[in-house]
Amino acid sequence: MFRYIVRRLLQMVLTFFGATFFVYALMFANQDDPIQALAGERPITESVRQALTERYHLDDPFLLQYWYYMKGMLTGDFGTSLTGRKISDMMEVAWPVTIKLGLIAIVIAAAVAVTSGVIAGIRRGSIFDNVTLVITLIILSLPIVVLAPLAQLIFGIKLGWFPPTAGATPTFWALLLPALVLGSLVIATELRVTRSSVAENLRSDYVRTARAKGLSRKRVIGVHVLRNSLIPVVTLIGVDIGGLMSGAIVTERIFNVPGVGFNLFRGIRTEDGPLVVGFVSILVIVFLVVNLLVDLLYAALDPRIRYE
Amino acid sequence: MSESITAAAGPSGAPMMEPKHADKRDKPRSLAGDAWVDLRRNKIFWFAATLVVLILAMAVFPKLFTSADPRDCILARQHGGASGSALFGYDFQGCDVYARTIYGARASIEVGVLATLLSGIIGLLFGLATGYFGGWIDAVLSRFIDIILGIPFLLAAIVLAKRFSSDSNSNGVVAVTITLGILGWTTAARIMRSSVISAKNQDYVAAARMLGAGPGRLMLRHILPNSIASFIVVLTILLGANIASEATLSFLGIGLKGDAISWGIAISDAGSYVRVAPAPLIWPSVFLAATVLAFIMLGDAVRDAFDPKLR
Repeated sequence: MFRYIVRRLLQMVLTFFGATFFVYALMFANQDDPIQALAGERPITESVRQALTERYHLDDPFLLQYWYYMKGMLTGDFGTSLTGRKISDMMEVAWPVTIKLGLIAIVIAAAVAVTSGVIAGIRRGSIFDNVTLVITLIILSLPIVVLAPLAQLIFGIKLGWFPPTAGATPTFWALLLPALVLGSLVIATELRVTRSSVAENLRSDYVRTARAKGLSRKRVIGVHVLRNSLIPVVTLIGVDIGGLMSGAIVTERIFNVPGVGFNLFRGIRTEDGPLVVGFVSILVIVFLVVNLLVDLLYAALDPRIRYE
Repeated sequence: MSESITAAAGPSGAPMMEPKHADKRDKPRSLAGDAWVDLRRNKIFWFAATLVVLILAMAVFPKLFTSADPRDCILARQHGGASGSALFGYDFQGCDVYARTIYGARASIEVGVLATLLSGIIGLLFGLATGYFGGWIDAVLSRFIDIILGIPFLLAAIVLAKRFSSDSNSNGVVAVTITLGILGWTTAARIMRSSVISAKNQDYVAAARMLGAGPGRLMLRHILPNSIASFIVVLTILLGANIASEATLSFLGIGLKGDAISWGIAISDAGSYVRVAPAPLIWPSVFLAATVLAFIMLGDAVRDAFDPKLR
């Protein structure tokens, strides 16, 4: 186990540097003239140019520049957006909203997916099973740019069940519809995995033993089958985080949720390079850490899995 | 153009050669022939294939479906309702929504097919190399794939697309195609790798090697034809995903732009006026969803036919 953790950490460090280097190189390298871009149309005096070059290390070789950027990031300094706000300040406001949104989405998705997945797995081939399979296929192929605006139109505007946009300080109620849309991204895979692992576990030896001991059907399914079927679902959460991040950018923009995705979207639209790089780097780190945690959790949940 | 499209939808096309054999029950059928018999009975396959053909026709010959000019926009018709001449009404700029929706298919299919081809080529080379040679090549390339998979897709796409689209005069088709192409090949490469590994240990490969065939001939003539099926299926599904990604990037403002007609741009633009005029939002969404669904269902059906174990 210890060796596995060390190896995973090393791999994560590699991915982390690879990813941030990739982002940094693409966004900042080979820029025409960042100082002129900063000044716009106005001419720049030589002394100002020199001062700026020195301040932003523009004369240094590329790798050294990357090093300064990494040093800043690892000490919590993510730079300043073009509007002059500190990116770490913007994150402080944005993260709680996005985490709230993501948690609601994950909880709803997991609850629905596990319940219907278990039912579909027990009654394979039934009408319920076939209907859920078709529905998950449709949900799987609905892009979030279709799902989110249509949900807003139908449930927010036409039916008026939910507030169509969330606003500056979103309440739980206002976040519910965006969370449902976001959750639908992951619900289909979770449901299918639950269904197939329930179906598989129902045929296993320990279930036969439990039945032979005379345990009630409720206990066999509720304790023995369910526990073992949930293991693969947990690992899916790690993969899902990446999908949720992508989905959050679109969802938050459509429902005006002032979270990380919304800021990132605004950064893209206003060509705010530092903001995009800062936010993307943080999101990549979060993704890597969550995946590591989920992998470790996997081993803890399932004693059959031994990492060497 | 039309040739590449039929190539991408290949799994349905290739086995079509053998229906004659398939009908004679006593004759042994090839894997493809078997799959075709399965597919012919599959209603989902026919539904998806019909949709795909329709969408391809829309992309190649948009004039068959509409005589209106999608760029003929008159502000006086802003948000005009549906009528005989404009089935879906007019949008904020006074353009015909129906015409724009039909013409939007071309950008989606173009980007989707080209990006999938690019991914396919990269994936094929990587998959063949890692699977056939094994050893350190496999180790290095597989770690490389791990790193790429470690970055959330849309975040990488945002950065790449922004970089490639620095030329403000282009409409972004090349930038989006390259972006999606170089991000999408990993799954295809993994699939290819595993099927190459299982194919290269077969007897007929050993026989060919004993007859003196070199690595190039072994790979191209013996291993490739026998391991390409699941690879093509993955590409079909990837095509659907690429079309969705194109719309997402265009929606975010880093995909197609300028005078390009795209469902993603249409959805993004219409979102601001959704209270006044929902039609310009609804129709591109429906067409986009149907296109993605069609390709994913097609891939799903063909995979089921080729690999009964997965059912």
